[in-house]
Amino acid sequence: MTSRRYAVEPTGRPAEFPPAARERIERILARYPTKQAALLPVLWVAQETWGWISKEAAEEVARILELTPAHVSGVLTFYTMYNLEPVGRYLLQFCTSISCHLAGAEGLVDHCRKRLGIELGGTTPDRKFTMVEVECIAGCDRAPSMMLNDTYHEPMDAAKLDALIASLP
Amino acid sequence: MKFEPVLLARAGRERSQAIDTYLADGGYETLRKVLTGGWTPEAVTEEVKKSGLRGRGGAGFPTGVKWGFVPKDTRGKPVYLLCNADESEPGTFKDRLLMEEDPHQMIEGQIISAYAIKCRNSYVYIRGEFFHGARVVQRAIDEAYEKGFLGENILGSGFSHDITVHRGAGAYICGEETGLIESLEGKRGQPRVKPPFPAVVGVFGAPTIVNNVETLCCVTHVLKRGADWFAKIGRNEKNTGPKLYCLSGHVNRPGVYEAPMGLPMKELLFGDDYGRGMKDGRRVKAVIPGGASAPMLTAEEIEDCPLDFDGLVAKKSMLGSAAIVVMNEDTCIVDAARNLAKFFSHESCGQCTPCREGTPWLYRVLTRIETGEGRLEDIDLLEKISNQMANGMTICVFADAAIAPVLSSVGKFRDEYRHHVEHKKCLVDSRAVVEATV
Repeated sequence: MTSRRYAVEPTGRPAEFPPAARERIERILARYPTKQAALLPVLWVAQETWGWISKEAAEEVARILELTPAHVSGVLTFYTMYNLEPVGRYLLQFCTSISCHLAGAEGLVDHCRKRLGIELGGTTPDRKFTMVEVECIAGCDRAPSMMLNDTYHEPMDAAKLDALIASLP
Repeated sequence: MKFEPVLLARAGRERSQAIDTYLADGGYETLRKVLTGGWTPEAVTEEVKKSGLRGRGGAGFPTGVKWGFVPKDTRGKPVYLLCNADESEPGTFKDRLLMEEDPHQMIEGQIISAYAIKCRNSYVYIRGEFFHGARVVQRAIDEAYEKGFLGENILGSGFSHDITVHRGAGAYICGEETGLIESLEGKRGQPRVKPPFPAVVGVFGAPTIVNNVETLCCVTHVLKRGADWFAKIGRNEKNTGPKLYCLSGHVNRPGVYEAPMGLPMKELLFGDDYGRGMKDGRRVKAVIPGGASAPMLTAEEIEDCPLDFDGLVAKKSMLGSAAIVVMNEDTCIVDAARNLAKFFSHESCGQCTPCREGTPWLYRVLTRIETGEGRLEDIDLLEKISNQMANGMTICVFADAAIAPVLSSVGKFRDEYRHHVEHKKCLVDSRAVVEATV
């Protein structure tokens, strides 16, 4: 159980989905008997559109799906993968659950922390990297496992991590 | 006679995900046989019952029996089938492999299962982190539509079916079937009070069956080769079929291994075909046999331990998702228990007070002991807290899962806890305890 709040778009303007995203949302809606059931997939569309989900984006989702902003907020803050504030271009997610823990995941996290000069949950000042800790991502046989954005990199060690970070434009 | 892999027969082969290779290996022939060969939905259900197939997600409930709970008269409501691909139990990574390597095996099983329960629309609820898995499954579904295995009037049988991939967004509790249902409805994934059970009132208020990925894959083979063939694999008639074991931790060769249900634990850890023994020749201290939720076993307890549902119940643990996590003699049990407690503390959905408050409390006490701040009475406190959290105090069994590693480790490794408190350091090595960080 964690407490999370979402951030407000600095412009304060309502968010509006681009036409391609609107079409995707229509296709999603056709797959469900209720509009509410499309909430998680539509929030994914929002995150893919803006990289994170602002209060304004959440309100636009609520409007499209005929839900209260409070319901959308409740759902958004329950799941860990929706970014409630902007994250870096590269999201480094380190698994520290039992199998990765036994394989020294915390040491890897420490190494990354020092390498990037940020704490867990932090973003580098140039907005290039964000690093977070995640629970078991089903990479236990190749521990320690990690994800860079939507891709697994495993097994990971300090040298490979340095090389990976250095290779990112 | 050497066991020929069934579920992993195609995994690792070139383009194993593509429908042309699946068709070349006899794929969708079973679906054709079922839909156009005179099989009634009831006959399919009977065959699955006869096979003895038990759910591969964790609870081990007989699949055919579960299907049988769907009311004969649904009062005009549709029936839903949900494939539980929310694999999140720490130590478990078999469904990821099944979906990434052989998605059509699962889809064929899903269509056959849907036919058995007269379901028009089904969903694959896949955890958010499986970006690649979701893409592979979606591509496979698209191919199945193109070839006429999905959609209207499949193979001219009159049976129509649609499958939708639904991505989760990071919440362990959505693997609990009513949490999954809530999540699919667009809500927080907080489990429901049962009864009514999902087979009667599930998603969208309609009868719903939730089956694990591996279970649906097994259905394909039960119908392909017959219930009798399936039932002959395994240790006894209550523990049948091929099984995927997820081996991780301090072994030489971690991985997903397929073997008949009831594979001896020692063979999985030490056998040449499996784990090939302990890394660096260390000894086993403890083994988690069924994911984070399963009580730990000691080295003595794994001596004679068949890896199946009843074999582990006999050891007062459980097969769960068949996630076997091996810890060597250098592992600090308090540290391992603390890591598991952190997981449960983070993942509690917050709905029931004993679980919401109990899981972080356990984590705090374990942290205190691990960092040398513990008191002797803390060890009893861990048991006291645990006993107030579970056994019917909460809506779902999450709290029962959360206390399993705590109670089993305190019960079986009490000396280590005691050493930690008295000497402010681990029994296993002489390193000073880490600085308190919490």
